[in-house]
Amino acid sequence: MPTCAPVTETASKTATTHPVISAPDIEVQIAEAARFTRRHLIASIYRATSGHPGGALSCADILATLFGAELNVWPSNINDPQRDRFVLSKGHACPTLYAIAAWHGFCDKKESLNLRRLGSPFQGHPHVKDLPWVETSTGSLGQGFSVAMGMALGLRLQKIRARVYTVLGDGEMQEGSVWETAMCSAHHKLDNICAIVDYNKMQSDALNEEICGIAPLADKWRAFGWEVFEIDGHDIPQILSTLHRAATTRGKPSCIIANTIKGKGVPYMEGSPAWHGSVKLSHEQAETALQALGCTAEEIKEFLDV
Amino acid sequence: MSDNSAPALIGSSGDSLREAFGKELTRIAPEFPKLVVLDADVAGGTGVHHFRKAHPDKFIQCGIAEQNMVAAAAGLAATGMLPVVTGFACFLERAYEQARLSVGYARRNVKIVASHPGLDVGPDGGSAQALEDIAAFRAIPGMVVISPADPIEQALATRAILEYDGPVYMRTGRSGSVRLFNDDHVFEIGKGQIIRHGLDVTLVACGVEVARSLKAAELLAEEGIEARVVNMPTIKPIDEALLKRCVLETGCMVTAEDHNIYGGLGSAVAEAVAKNRPCPIEMIGLKDSFGTSGEPDELAEHFQITAPHIAEAAKRAISRKENLQ
Repeated sequence: MPTCAPVTETASKTATTHPVISAPDIEVQIAEAARFTRRHLIASIYRATSGHPGGALSCADILATLFGAELNVWPSNINDPQRDRFVLSKGHACPTLYAIAAWHGFCDKKESLNLRRLGSPFQGHPHVKDLPWVETSTGSLGQGFSVAMGMALGLRLQKIRARVYTVLGDGEMQEGSVWETAMCSAHHKLDNICAIVDYNKMQSDALNEEICGIAPLADKWRAFGWEVFEIDGHDIPQILSTLHRAATTRGKPSCIIANTIKGKGVPYMEGSPAWHGSVKLSHEQAETALQALGCTAEEIKEFLDV
Repeated sequence: MSDNSAPALIGSSGDSLREAFGKELTRIAPEFPKLVVLDADVAGGTGVHHFRKAHPDKFIQCGIAEQNMVAAAAGLAATGMLPVVTGFACFLERAYEQARLSVGYARRNVKIVASHPGLDVGPDGGSAQALEDIAAFRAIPGMVVISPADPIEQALATRAILEYDGPVYMRTGRSGSVRLFNDDHVFEIGKGQIIRHGLDVTLVACGVEVARSLKAAELLAEEGIEARVVNMPTIKPIDEALLKRCVLETGCMVTAEDHNIYGGLGSAVAEAVAKNRPCPIEMIGLKDSFGTSGEPDELAEHFQITAPHIAEAAKRAISRKENLQ
C-alpha cells in the first residue's frame, strides 16, 4: 500500500472535542486522506471494471473532511448510540466511502479494493447488512436523505446530541422526495441534520442544466427553510469552518452547497460527464489517473496488479 | 372529536378494523417506549387520531409525502425507535421503493399499516382502491404481510407486529366489519386456523373475505356440501403446514381476498400447495381489474367476491377434484 500513515483515532477524536491538534495539522491530515481516497477509488473502480469515478472524485474532499475532523465515529464505536451518523445519499459514490473508511480503519485497505464482486461486502452501492459501519443502504437517489432525516428525528426524540450528515448529488435534486424531506426537516426544526450537496453541475448524461435545471439551488434550499452555505467543495479549511458554522445553527437544518468539479484530481476526467459512468477504466487510463494523483510507479503497480 | 359540527367519518364510529388498530395501538403504547407513529395527514382515516390525542409526543406528522415518511421511518428504526407508518393503502404504494430499499433491504424494524385497502374503500372509486398492495409488499424479501379479519384479530395483530422484530406490512379496513372472534382468539404471525370444519372443500380467506367465506360455507351446507373455512391472516409467511393438511383432508380449495387474484392470497396459497401436494384451486378476487365507485357491498357484488360467488367457486373446485378421481 502507498506509504500514508493513517490518521490515528486519537487525532480525529480530538479534532472536534479536544483541540490539541492545531488547525493546519488537521488540514494536512485531511488532505492526505483525500489523496489516498482518490487513489484508492480509482484503483477499486479499475479492478471492478465498472463504477462511477467522476462523482466519487468530486466528493472526496468532503468525505475526507467529515471523517477526518467532524464525525465522532471510529471503528471502535460504530454501535454507540451517541455517535454521529453519516449517510452517503449519492450511493453510487461509494468507492469514496469505502476508501475513506479504509483509511480510518473501518475496513481493510486491500479488501476494500475488491469492489462490485460476488462475495465482497463492497457492493456497487453501500449496504448496511454487508458493512456494519454503513449507516443505511443507499443507491436509489433521494432515499438516503429521507433516512438521514429519520435518524435526526430519532436522535432528537432520544435526547442524543449526535448529528447527522448526508452527502447528496446534484442530479439527486431532481428527485421529488428530496424536497419532501427538505420541507419536513425544516417543519420539524431539525438542527441536528446537515445536508451537503456535491454540486459538480453534471449528472449521468450531461450537465444538470441540460437534463433538468436545478438552479437557483441555494435559493431553493433557503425557500424550504434551510440555513444555506455555499462553498468551494475542494477547499478543506473552508469545508471545515462551514461544518462548524452549520453545527452551531439553531432551530433549522443546514445545507452546504459544495461547488465541486466532477472528476477532480484526474485532469482527463475533470468537467466531463462521460466519467459519471458506470465506466470501465483501461489499465492505461487508471495508470494516467494515478500518476496525476501523485502515485509513484511502485504504488501504481501495487494498486493495479490484480 | 370535540367539534360536534364536524362530519362523522364513515366507519370511524363503528367496529372498523382501522378503529380496532388505532385504539389498540393507543392502549398498548406505554408498553413500547420506543414506539412512534408516522402519519401523512390522514390520521382521522387510519385510526391513529386516537394515538395522536393520547401520545402527542410520539406522533410524527410527515405531511402528504409518503416517500419521505417511509424512508424516514427506516431512519428512526436505525436509531432504535419502533416506527409505525400509517396511511391509505394506495398512497403507501407510492413509497414502495422506499419500503423495498430503506426498510426491506436494510431490514429495518418498521411497521407499515395501511387502511382503506381493496374495494372496501367504496365511493372514493378506483383510483383509491389498492388491489395490488399484498402482491407488491409480499414480493419484498423478508417482509411479513398481514390482513386481519375482524376487530379482535386486528387488535391482536397490532400487538404481535410490535413484538415482532422485522419489517411488516399490515392491512386494516375502512368499513364497519363483522365481528367473528371472541376475546379468547389467538393470533400468531404465520399461522392460519380452521374456523369451520368440513371435508369437501377448503375456503381460505383473509380480511373482509373471511366473513363472506363463512357465509358461503352456510350456503353450501344448505346443499349438503361441508366446506372447511380457514382464516389466513398472515399472507406471508403463509401457513404451509395448515394448507398441506387441508389439501390432504379436503382435496380442493377456494381462495378469497379483496385484492387482485394475481399476487395476493390466492397466489400465495397456490405456490405453497403446488410445492407440496397439488389440488384444484379456484380464486375469488378482482380478475385483474381496477375498482370503481360504489358502496363496498355493491362493489363486492359487482366484482363477484361475495358469499354466493365463493360458494359457486367451491362447487367448481369440488367438481374438478371429482374429475381427477
